[in-house]
Amino acid sequence: MAQADRYTELINTPIGKLVQKQVGLPAPVPLKRFSPGDAVADGRVLLGGAPGGRLARPLAKLVAEIGAEASTPLREDLRAAAAEAGLDAGPWTPAAAASQRYGAVVFDATGITEPAQLEELHAFFGPTIRRVKRCGRLVVLGTTPEAASTPSEQIAQRALEGFTRAAAKELKAGATGQLVYVAPGAEDQLASTLRFLLSSKSAYVDGQVIRVSAAGIVPTIDWSQPLAGKVALVTGASRGIGAAIAATLARDGAHVVGLDVPALEGDLKAVTGAIGGSALTADITADDAPSTIAAYLKREHGGVDVVVHNAGITRDKTLGRMDEARWNSVIQVNLGALQRITDALIAGRRRAVLNENGRIVCVSSIAGIAGNFGQTNYATSKAGVIGVVDAYAPLLARQKATINAVAPGFIETQMTAKIPFATREAGRRMNSLSQGGLPVDVAEAIAYFASPASTGVTGNTVRVCGQSLLGA
Amino acid sequence: MTAGPRRVAVIGGNRIPFARSNSKYAKASNQDMFTAALDGLVARFGLEGERLGEVVAGAVLKHSRDFNLTRESVLGSRLSAETPAYDIQQACGTGLQAINLVAAKIALGQIDAGVAGGVDTTSDAPIAVGEDLRQILLDANRGRSTQDKLKPFLRLRPQHLAPAPPRNEEPRTGLSMGEHQARTGAEWGITREAQDELTYRSHQNLAAAYERGFNADLVTPYLGLERDQNLRPDTSLEKLAKLKPVFGGKSGTMTAGNSTPLSDGAATVLLGSEEWASAHGLTPLAFFVDAETAAVDYVNGREGLLMAPAYAVPRMLARNGLRLQDFDLYEIHEAFASQVLSTLKAWEDPAFCTTRLGLDGPLGSIDRDKLNVNGSSLAAGHPFAATGGRIVASLAKALHERGGGRGLISICAAGGQGVVAILEA
Repeated sequence: MAQADRYTELINTPIGKLVQKQVGLPAPVPLKRFSPGDAVADGRVLLGGAPGGRLARPLAKLVAEIGAEASTPLREDLRAAAAEAGLDAGPWTPAAAASQRYGAVVFDATGITEPAQLEELHAFFGPTIRRVKRCGRLVVLGTTPEAASTPSEQIAQRALEGFTRAAAKELKAGATGQLVYVAPGAEDQLASTLRFLLSSKSAYVDGQVIRVSAAGIVPTIDWSQPLAGKVALVTGASRGIGAAIAATLARDGAHVVGLDVPALEGDLKAVTGAIGGSALTADITADDAPSTIAAYLKREHGGVDVVVHNAGITRDKTLGRMDEARWNSVIQVNLGALQRITDALIAGRRRAVLNENGRIVCVSSIAGIAGNFGQTNYATSKAGVIGVVDAYAPLLARQKATINAVAPGFIETQMTAKIPFATREAGRRMNSLSQGGLPVDVAEAIAYFASPASTGVTGNTVRVCGQSLLGA
Repeated sequence: MTAGPRRVAVIGGNRIPFARSNSKYAKASNQDMFTAALDGLVARFGLEGERLGEVVAGAVLKHSRDFNLTRESVLGSRLSAETPAYDIQQACGTGLQAINLVAAKIALGQIDAGVAGGVDTTSDAPIAVGEDLRQILLDANRGRSTQDKLKPFLRLRPQHLAPAPPRNEEPRTGLSMGEHQARTGAEWGITREAQDELTYRSHQNLAAAYERGFNADLVTPYLGLERDQNLRPDTSLEKLAKLKPVFGGKSGTMTAGNSTPLSDGAATVLLGSEEWASAHGLTPLAFFVDAETAAVDYVNGREGLLMAPAYAVPRMLARNGLRLQDFDLYEIHEAFASQVLSTLKAWEDPAFCTTRLGLDGPLGSIDRDKLNVNGSSLAAGHPFAATGGRIVASLAKALHERGGGRGLISICAAGGQGVVAILEA
């Protein structure tokens, strides 16, 4: 897939670099992607925070756990937090930045309770943003604005979004920037989110906001096999993004049940066969499909832990020329079936097919956020998927399950390879990383939501779009 | 052999005033200077013709012909020619390590008395020929016939004639010591003001020590120099603030003022058992209690080049059941003001003390009024191997003067090493 992006290859040759600089062309760098055994953070982690923040301890603990080299400013609370966590943190002051490069720069902004204190962001990131390494990470952690205790705090915390998105655009060479809103009481829920954002698993996630809420106890897991012993259903698993999702969940230890239409049985079995999963064929729009799927999962596996609603189709036409069949089939496959299957899997509360601590992950689309010419049907369905997440998150919380969505931007697949050259190039380059993503980038985000440690991560729609200009 | 270790007395010391590089001592060799310091010590304590257990010293910058520098100095001195001697080298830790070695032998009863110290010249520095020329000369030397001996010279090119002076950089990082410390100091947030303040106090304290005659029985004039040449009693914070940074780039905080200058000089210390001292009618100034040497991995960037003493001190404290605050005087060698301040800051830092030193909490801060009370290297200068002797003699006398007490010595060294010691009186 990456082969298709000849421009990125060319621009990274010596001559290409020369031309790119002279002409001022976009300069995408090949993004570092995760391979098993990689360290979570690729380089030293600089840990800062506004005075009075509440996340220094969990952050220090996490950085100690991932075994990263670390530095913190010489402020008493941060140094004490590092000491308590057993984090061997080197000292840091703004004057020290010049000689050091950072794999990640992380800032606890929860101490900011009024707009004037936003200056802390400037003071910390001003001297450090240009020290972020190639494919490095910038992460700001704040308090969920709606959970703030005063209007001033809510305003200041809401402001973090603008800062982080703008800083993400200033980061160079494949580095990304994100904001994590941590609800009060959710300080113990951070590990899966930070591990994802700091690692190369989030290579194509940029300029995003993730909300972490208070939830039950986070189980202790083997981070190299987070889904060990879990059963995962992936719809539309026979190719493209679906195949990558199946492979990634299998890598994380899950037994994957791949589902696709009978016509693609051959492709599907090739995918599931390679990862030791099982194949299930069904037309998800059929009336009996939800009950068939639920029964199969109950019978074969006693239930399901992770459900990935990936199956989707496009039937593009401008609205005036779109026939009823195009409209209906897209809504049915992308939204209607998704909701009905979800209902079938969560029905019965305690006896539901979806096991306790279940994870539902939907695949939305950037078109569902920004809209797209010729895709009124598709955009409607994908915005509806976000609606499913919003509506079901509180319902699922009662049975200790979560639901989230990923919204892919331009992903290099067979589907996007067919887009005409000019449109394709525009789609690829119009984002902060100046390139398209890979199916695995979507799959990694899904695997993060699917992790048993993502207990407090629900109701999110995270774009996997390299901070696309569309709908931003 | 006696049973069990014996107390080791620091009986006294003698040094020559330290000179600035390429100045008063430009023509003096290491051997000249060390012999002068040694003879001063012999004169002060009446050791003419005395056979001592040993003399141990060294120089950091040394000519290859000076392979037996200390022994040659002994032979040139008024000590008995039967006094054995040997050289050691541990960069700026040389002097204190030499003292530690002599003290250990006295403690064990292997010897009763000895002299330790060090010397360095940055003026009369050894200059080597370049590697290419060296190979040519060696090949010529190996030739048997005249023709064989001349042939290698055909390879000689003009650039081969450029000399290779001693390098002032760490071989493994290519960075000078000052650049290393600039990084460490910046990380620890050491300000220009704090460094200049420490420098100012060093000059004030050393000047005051000379004024009240403190150095009269520690320093012997040499080649027309009576006091350390680098000492500037009239310097002020304003003058120091005007100096340009020399390390750490344009925004650096380290200047020629708050970094030690290259200097020339020699220092010696006389150590002995209590019995030996009383047999010779000598009164110990203090006792050498313990020493510890540490090294850090500065190559992979995990620790600052000059931070080893920060590790050595807590190990030595633990062994002696002491806290950092249990001292009446502190002698932290001022290689750079920034080094002293970084070390003190690290000891106050909970993260450093728990994760790197493995302690339960910070060592804490010290009373700055007890630090380098008679001046240190920023004012006196720092002829590398001579510094240990200067500090031990000076601290021993200061402890004796105040009628007792405990003193801590900390000396950082190139190669990421550090030597520290405790004296008691």
